[in-house]
Formats: sequence, C-alpha cells, structure tokens
Amino acid sequence: MSEAMSQRYRSGFNNRSELPNYLVSDPRRRPDPVTRELAQGFGWFSIGLGLTELACGGAIARWLGMPRSAPVIRAYGVRELLQGVGILGASDPTPWISARVFGDALDIATVLPGLEGHNPHKDNVLIALVALAGVTAVDVICARNLAEAPLAPSEKVQRDYRRRSGFRRRAEAMRGAARGFKPPPDIIGPEAMRPWTLTNA
Amino acid sequence: MRALVWHGTEDIRCDTVPDPKIEDDRDAIIKVTACAICGSDLHLYDHFMPGMEKGDVMGHEFMGEIVETGKGINGVLKKGERIVVPFTIICGECDQCKRGFFSVCERSNRNKDIADKAFGHTTAGLFGYTHLTGGYQGGQAEYVRVPFADKTHIKVPENLTDEQVLFLGDIFPTGWQAAVQADIQPTDTVAIWGAGPVGQMTLRSALLLGAKQVVCIDSVPERLEMARAGGAITIDNSQESTVERLNELTGGKGPEKCIDAVGMEAHSPRALEHAYDRVKQAVMLESDRASVLREMIYVCRPAGILSIPGVYGGLIDKVPMGALMNKGLTVRTGQTHVNRWTDDLVKRIDDGQIDPSFVITHRAKLEQGPEMYKTFRDKKDNCIKVVLRP
Repeated sequence: MSEAMSQRYRSGFNNRSELPNYLVSDPRRRPDPVTRELAQGFGWFSIGLGLTELACGGAIARWLGMPRSAPVIRAYGVRELLQGVGILGASDPTPWISARVFGDALDIATVLPGLEGHNPHKDNVLIALVALAGVTAVDVICARNLAEAPLAPSEKVQRDYRRRSGFRRRAEAMRGAARGFKPPPDIIGPEAMRPWTLTNA
Repeated sequence: MRALVWHGTEDIRCDTVPDPKIEDDRDAIIKVTACAICGSDLHLYDHFMPGMEKGDVMGHEFMGEIVETGKGINGVLKKGERIVVPFTIICGECDQCKRGFFSVCERSNRNKDIADKAFGHTTAGLFGYTHLTGGYQGGQAEYVRVPFADKTHIKVPENLTDEQVLFLGDIFPTGWQAAVQADIQPTDTVAIWGAGPVGQMTLRSALLLGAKQVVCIDSVPERLEMARAGGAITIDNSQESTVERLNELTGGKGPEKCIDAVGMEAHSPRALEHAYDRVKQAVMLESDRASVLREMIYVCRPAGILSIPGVYGGLIDKVPMGALMNKGLTVRTGQTHVNRWTDDLVKRIDDGQIDPSFVITHRAKLEQGPEMYKTFRDKKDNCIKVVLRP
C-alpha cells in the first residue's frame, strides 16, 4: 500500500467503497476479548434458558402466579434457543446480541403485569424483574461494545503482504519448478491405483 | 533458564525453570537461537488437546547450537554446530524409522502406554506437545534436551540464515508432505483450506510441484493477501460459497486434490453447522470440529485425493462416509515425516527456489512470548507467524 493510501486510511475512510478491494473482504467486527467472551457467554446462557423455558414453561408460569402465560414462556424458550445458536454460530454476533435486548424488553413487558391485581406470587415477579433488569443491562453493554468495535478491515492498514511470495521470481514463473521431484511410491500409493492416464503415459 | 511454560487454558508464562541435562548417551543439549509459535501450539493454548500438565515447556519449532553431547553421539554432532530440530523425535532404528515413516517412530514416545490406549498404537515422541506424545520439554526456551540427537536433527548450511531454515523443523516439510501426498499432476486443481503458516507453505509447495490451479480458502484478509502473493486464487469463505466457487473454477467437476491445513479448530462459515460443532464439543460429544473435512469430501472430484496435514486430536462427528466411499476418495494424512524431506528442502532453499522466511510477520523476545501467543491466536496486528529469540 502506498504511503499516501496508508495516510488516508489511518485518517479514516467514511465509506467502505473507498477502500482498496483487498481490504474490504472481511466485514466482521473485531471486539475486545472480554466483549467477545461475554457474547459467547450469552450464547450459552440463551441456550440454557431456552431449554429451561421449553421444558418448564408451566412451572415457571405458576411460580410467577401467571399460569395462563405458560405457552408464551415456551415460545420465548424457542426464541432464546434461536438467539443462542445465532450468537454461537455467527461470525459476527452483533445482530444476535441486539436481538437479545429486544427479547429482554419483551420478557419484562410480559412479566410486569404480574405485579398488578391480587397475584399471591408478587415477590417472585419482583425477583424475576430484578434478574431481567440485570441481564438487560449487561446485554445493552455487550451490544453497544460490539456495535462500536472496529470493523476488521480498519486494522488492516499496518502491513502489506502483497510482495510476500517467498519466491525470487514471480509466483507464476515458479509454477512447476519442482516438477522433477518424484513422490515416493510408499507415500502416494501403488502405481496400479493411480489414474490410467498417468500410469500409461 | 527462561522458558515459556504452560499453566492452563490461555495461560502461558515466561518462567525460570531448571536447565536441561544429558539423561541418555544419545542426548544433546542445544542453546536455542530461534524458535517459533506454531498453529498447533494454539490447540494447547486453547486447551483443546488433552495431556498437558502445569509446568510443561512449550514449543516444537526451534533451532540452535550444540552445547553438550552424550557419549553415544559418536561425533555425529559437535559442540558449536548449528542444527534445526525436527518436531518429531526419531530413534532411526525401529521398523517405522527404517521405512521412513518417522512420525510414527515406535521408540521415541516414552509414554507409549498412554498413546497405545488413545490411538491403538504409539506415535513418535514430540517436543512440547502433551504427555500423550512423551511429555518432552519444548523448544520455546533458552536450552533444550534433544533425545536421540544423533538422528533427531537437520544440518543446515552456514550461508543460510536462521530465519531461512527455522521452518525446516515443521511447517515447511509439513506443507511439502501435504502437497506431495496429494500426488499433484499438471492438470490438477488443488484446493487448500486454511491460509495460516502451514497453508501458505502447502500452496507454495503445490505451485512448485506444478498444479494447474492452486486455490486457498480462508476468511482472514491478510492471510488471503499472502496466499495471492504466493500464486493462489483465493476464496474468502465469509463472503462467498466455497463449494460454488470451487465448482465454478473447475467447470463444475470439483478440485482433484483437497488439502486440510486447518484441523480441529475449524470455523464453519455456516452458522448452524458451527453452532452444532461448538455445542457438541462443549458437552464432550466430540473433541474436534470437522467442518473443513465435511466440505472437502463434498466438493472433491470423484476419485480425488484428500490430504490432511491439519492436526486432529480425538473424535469427530457427522463425517459424510457415504460421499467419501461412493466418490472413491483417497485419504492421506499423518504428522510429518520431517527428516524424509529435509535434505531435498534444504537444497531448494539453498538454490533460491523458495525462502520460507516470507511467512514471518512478527519477531519478538522470548519474554514477550505469552503476549505473542495471544496476538497470534487472535490474529491481531495482521499476525501470521511469530519468531521468538531467547
């Protein structure tokens, strides 16, 4: 990369289309290790919570004093499972963690009505809301850190490997330079198993 | 002496440890002049390979000067002589060594019983690579004891620099063997998964051996850039479908030769597949992630060859045996029989055919090793290969 281009890159491109082609091939974000691990942790947490909600939706609803919410809780279990798989499987977990924040809001909106009326389990609802608020706060922090993490190409300006061929001449000129090397028969297998075009050549 | 010592997952420290001593007549002690962090060291750093113990010295890619020899060396090595040490320890006398299959030496693994249980039969002892392969102290240190040193060494010409010959101990012959065992023909398209150091050596070996097209698959831009510099066509698998592109490059027939230079910590670009492997790995239902193997089997041309230099440690899951069998694919794999190739490779370096030092992107002192492990693992600062100087 020319010095001028490096300078320009260091000063910051506003538009990815301005980047040289070989620098724009990786759109993933590169968060700091703590954020990355936190996101991974949320992936596993989502899977665990999802399985629990699916398996124990009825029990959770009764514990909250909201027995009619059991199907909703099970549906939320499916949502959590999908989010968990998305976070762990995606090369960039940012959209999946953002989806968790929306999910948290949905959870709070679902549990909040439990504080109204003559629910005998209001204490449990309160416990659930405090837990949800805590998780939401960490989710928001994680989502923000991920969203603000630099895009991978923004780190790519320091080094230029385009001349790192390892060859004295152009790579194309080196094609077949070792063609005289005879692979040992015990490594490449018996002659009879090689393509006929080779053995009969 | 100072050495990089394994303390647990992602915990490598530069500690002071006792100097090595001659324990057997065929031993030699070398003063390390250069050593490297290998991609397979990261399997230990991330603790995916079992069999490490606190206090183990890391490193299996190193070279140095002889400072002491045992009585049984019989003048094969002399004090002050410069050697590269192959990562596989070889006795040179057992049936396998006599046949040139050095990586499965029958005598150099002093923990043969453990290897017998894990793999059915023992493989060679390795430096700094778990107690499954002998529990030998590694080369990321100021001094190393080299067992069976009269055979376990590579002599190098004085006119070549340390950096030009250091990789003869592992990644260069590993890449070379991967390409050689693919039996490359001038009409072949060779697809190589992974553009890390071994992938870089493999693709250059495939080019030298005369492949029609060499295609390299990865998702890290700087690694793909280095692969293109070496003459490869590149596929960024985070951006495009590897299978579709390979079929496009081969008129829909698939590459004749497929090489896995990734191994057990593969990252599938397909979210569900990656999540599936991660979950199974986490609950110990499989030890290694097999997404590269699955893709190779699927895309390889029928009657093609799969060459696997990538390291696997245990069990994998969902391998498409139906495709492997029905397509008549040949699988060739194994740790590298380093000494089988090095005389030839030394000549190629000396003749200027290739200079393996192209891959070095980071140089540091041994004390900076722990930090460099992290940099290398996280691919920070465009890191592809680290060389440490004690």
